[in-house]
Amino acid sequence: MIKKLSHYIGEYKRITILTPILMVLEVLFEVFIPYLMGHIIDDGIKVGDMGYVVRTGLLMMLMALLSLLFGASGAILACKASAGFEKNLRRGLMDKVQKFSFANIDRFSTASLVTRMTTDVSNVQMAFQMMIRICFRAPIMLTSALVMAMVTNRKLSLLFVFVIVLLGTALTLIVTRAFPKFRYVFEKYDGVNAGVQENLTGIRVVKAYVREEHETKKFHKASDFLYRCFVSAEKIVALNGPVMNLAIYACMTGIFWFGANIIVKSGGTDMQVGQLSTFMVYTMNILMNLMMISMIFVMMTMAKTSGERIVEVLDENVDLTECENPIEEVKNGEIVFDHVDFSYSNNRDNLNLEDVTVTIPSGSVVGVIGGTGSGKSSFVQLIPRLYDVTDGSVRVGGVDVREYGLRTLRDKVSMVLQKNVLFYGTIAENLRWGNENATEEQMRAACESAQIMDLINSLPDGFNSHVEQGGTNFSGGQKQRLCIARALLKEPKVLILDDSTSAVDTKTDAAIRRAFREYIPDVTKIIIAQRISSVSDADMIIVLDEGRINGIGTHEQLLENNAIYREVYESQMRGADFDE
Amino acid sequence: MSDNRAKKSKAPLKTLGRTLGFVIKNYPVHCVVVLICIIVSAMVTARGTMFTKELINDYIQPMLDGDLSSDVGFRELGHRILLIALMYAAGVFATFLLNRLMVYVTQGTLKIIRDTLFEHMEKLPISYFDRNERGDIMSIYTNDTDTLRQLISQSVPNMISNISTVITVLTSMIILSPLLTLTALVVVAVATAITRMLAGKSAKYFRKRQKNIGEVNAFIEETVEGQRVVKVFTHEDKIMEAFDEKNERLYDSTRLANGLANVVMPIMGNLGYLNYVVVAIVGGYLAVAGVGGFSIASLVPFLQFTRQFNMPISQFSQQLNSIIMALAGAERIFALLDAPIEEDEGYVTLVNARESEDGTLTECEERTGVWAWKHPHSADGTVTYTRLRGDIVFEHVDFGYVPEKTVLHDISLYARPGEKIAFVGATGAGKTTITNLINRFYDIQNGKIRYDGINIQKIRKSDLRRSLGVVLQDTHLFTGTVADNIRYGKLDATDEEVHAAAKLAGADYFISHLPNGYDTEITGDGANLSQGQRQLIAIARAAVADPPVLILDEATSSIDTRTEAIVQRGMDSLMEGRTVFVIAHRLSTVKNSSVIMVLSDGRIIERGSHDSLLEDRGVYYTLYTGNKK
Repeated sequence: MIKKLSHYIGEYKRITILTPILMVLEVLFEVFIPYLMGHIIDDGIKVGDMGYVVRTGLLMMLMALLSLLFGASGAILACKASAGFEKNLRRGLMDKVQKFSFANIDRFSTASLVTRMTTDVSNVQMAFQMMIRICFRAPIMLTSALVMAMVTNRKLSLLFVFVIVLLGTALTLIVTRAFPKFRYVFEKYDGVNAGVQENLTGIRVVKAYVREEHETKKFHKASDFLYRCFVSAEKIVALNGPVMNLAIYACMTGIFWFGANIIVKSGGTDMQVGQLSTFMVYTMNILMNLMMISMIFVMMTMAKTSGERIVEVLDENVDLTECENPIEEVKNGEIVFDHVDFSYSNNRDNLNLEDVTVTIPSGSVVGVIGGTGSGKSSFVQLIPRLYDVTDGSVRVGGVDVREYGLRTLRDKVSMVLQKNVLFYGTIAENLRWGNENATEEQMRAACESAQIMDLINSLPDGFNSHVEQGGTNFSGGQKQRLCIARALLKEPKVLILDDSTSAVDTKTDAAIRRAFREYIPDVTKIIIAQRISSVSDADMIIVLDEGRINGIGTHEQLLENNAIYREVYESQMRGADFDE
Repeated sequence: MSDNRAKKSKAPLKTLGRTLGFVIKNYPVHCVVVLICIIVSAMVTARGTMFTKELINDYIQPMLDGDLSSDVGFRELGHRILLIALMYAAGVFATFLLNRLMVYVTQGTLKIIRDTLFEHMEKLPISYFDRNERGDIMSIYTNDTDTLRQLISQSVPNMISNISTVITVLTSMIILSPLLTLTALVVVAVATAITRMLAGKSAKYFRKRQKNIGEVNAFIEETVEGQRVVKVFTHEDKIMEAFDEKNERLYDSTRLANGLANVVMPIMGNLGYLNYVVVAIVGGYLAVAGVGGFSIASLVPFLQFTRQFNMPISQFSQQLNSIIMALAGAERIFALLDAPIEEDEGYVTLVNARESEDGTLTECEERTGVWAWKHPHSADGTVTYTRLRGDIVFEHVDFGYVPEKTVLHDISLYARPGEKIAFVGATGAGKTTITNLINRFYDIQNGKIRYDGINIQKIRKSDLRRSLGVVLQDTHLFTGTVADNIRYGKLDATDEEVHAAAKLAGADYFISHLPNGYDTEITGDGANLSQGQRQLIAIARAAVADPPVLILDEATSSIDTRTEAIVQRGMDSLMEGRTVFVIAHRLSTVKNSSVIMVLSDGRIIERGSHDSLLEDRGVYYTLYTGNKK
């Protein structure tokens, strides 16, 4: 994982290496200061040598300044390196996701992809920054403070060794005990929040059934359990403070007693009073940095999960690859399915399409009808090669779709997806997704065909009207028509509408189909619909059932000889929709 | 979102007072003990450092100079250090107690806040949920309570602890040498000025970074959300171009914001050492000159204090900032708690009753299957009982979601028990609004709605709603088993009742084919079920409640024709024998209704049976024939 991630340090490699070096330099200068301090007291002040005091004082100042310089530049570089690493990593993820095939996208949920690219990336960034700064600084500070303490007085420094071992063990115990508990607590926490979310979405049901008290009771129970989990986890962490204080106080007491002993017993030769002060500073240096190391440990463990989740995306195998010498021209809109088997899971025992064979002449209008799960969407998604067939082949313009350049194929096979999405920006910007150089003339024509020009004309800003993220400021039917216009602008050879007029009223739906016949007669048009009326005038209607072709023919033919088609037709005639 | 979330509190002191008041009210004893512990712990540390002076002055120096025999000296010193050790033990205990108590205070307060929030939220009127975004309410439970946790468990106690440290250390320093204290303070003042300047600059970049993060995250979300469209339009390169630009901007502000913030640490640390040197030199002069009895013995603890003094000062502005940020979250929590709850002045209640031969009703405890409205009359103290039948009358009802904009005008209609009233009309005509008035999700402005002859304003809301079944277009299921979800309609329903309801709804067949039948767990609002199946469960849920009046909103969403037929059958059998208000989308439903109301712009423009409306050749006729085509 580390190897994979470190690849993204990229151009920040130099400063990533430089930072720890600067941190080490900072520490080395800093750690001398308390040592000199002791000497100022013992060799300067005590004997009244003010010259020595000033000289050593200036030396200390110089060291403090150098340490400041290295520390500050280390901090700045660390932030630059980590921000750069974060940038590269985020870019790498985005780039990878752009290369994803539909099958890859299916494997990760949208929410989880977003979390990986946002929260997880910042977790890893924070850990990285910690790593190049504190990870080196803390242990080196600890050791050099310990060494300096030994130089000052070997006997007294034994005290530190003793306390370090004890405190280290205690901190390790605390961290290792608390960590799994916290993991559990956060799971529970998510659960409680999910409960709130559920009540927010279902508040009408709660109120209609007068279940406020029932829900409150349920929530109290969960909340109480969460409280107890939190307390039991936090109680362990709460030991950090007293344990740390215990260590500090133990050192102080030890320094008082043993220090006094050493000074007096040696008659002030082995150690002097000023060095008591030196030791007190080293106490803090050592213990604080030990604490720091335990914190890093926690942070790294947390970042590890994030790191793994990121690597999962980076390592995902993109299963749709372009062929070596792609064909870059689509001759016409003829489509041939030749004994096609298809499975989303690439599992022959669980086929979503089975032995589908059909030839669709260029320029024809084709309707596709079938219940949920009959394979309608799977059928059309194979044409722009959003998925690869499991067996058999799909040909467009006489060429297997796998032999085209992906861009060429998808530019010529325009598809309006079931789940329509508009993007933040203006209407014109959204339409130009279809053709970035589209003139206003062209956009107008496409919008006329999609029966959305009236709406655009009615907006004060026309094509420059604002579109919210996800297009939420437009109704379902308006969004669908805008998406159709966007697809038309590509000037495709094949146009696929996957249930794309479900929110459009019957009249407008018919007008759109009329416009298709009139303005793009040469384009092959494939229309998936729930409503029979949307496909009844097609040249050819394909009835799918459980992944197989159940019947092919015109409206009249199918009424005559296809049971499923007839059943759907009759039920729809019985239950006309009263909504506009 | 990040923009308005990062806002600072409007009235920080008031909110802080209210937050602390809340904590203190619930944990008065804890708070007092915590405060004592903080002070004790600060004093113990200071006293311990102070001891260095006595150690040198009273023991080490006299022993070195031979004024005190080392035997006597060490014996006495041993006793003193034992006392110090005991004091330290008390200090450790104080820290232990402090930390332990804070766990209870913090988590307890959070629990109380969570519970109060939820309990209050459940009591809020539907209008609150219609007005506020779900995500915004949600983040009160997540983000805002999180910042509050920080505030209670860290920011405030640390602030108090730092203040007490500063006070005790400063006092000790003044005791040791007022003159040297002044010198140290000058350096501290300089250091504080520098950090404040850096913090100010960094805050500017932090805001910028916050904004850039918001932009990048929104872009990521939007792109990933629409990734399939990106692929279909081969827009990958364009996306990368736009992304790189935003990503680069974020990099710049992150680098500067973090860089400035992190530079504070080494600067403060080393300025601390500078302070140290200055104190040492000045202190050295004082000790050599012997001004005011200042000696090396005083200098050693003084140097120690200089360091202890540094830390809280450098943290101060940072902590203040985080407190103010957290208060903005607390403010949002209080705003929800202050939102007015659903009012209910109803006093007519629904009771179980027994009907005698002559038709008089008597109230009883056990379930009889007969329900009656219990109507106490305050004027003469009598109580009348009316049998629950499901007779609903609208008399000249006007309504608007906001007072100045009326959306329903002069609606009058009646539904006799067992009648089916269908509402037909375009989206926005007011069909859903009418159903929202019957169960008093919203209250009418003018006119009257009567239920079995009683003005519904007089009926206790919970009893009114219990007598009404609702099946909404967007079915909502709760985490739990299928049986739990059906039982939601009647919490004490037996297994037989649950199964019978499912059978009535036509849900029994598919439920028994689920992996665990009725005990199958439903997750994520029923994501593991199809939309038709979810609707069938919702119908069964209404069936088990067995209310005399039903409000139905037929689904329009594109479920396939076969499932739709099953759902339709379920709805039909549920409607049997009940007064039904149905927002109709299906011709068959409309045709079978007793009365059809055609709504347009909040008015009933046509009413009558299917046949009579067709004869009238009005709007209904065009709707009907227009669709038939």
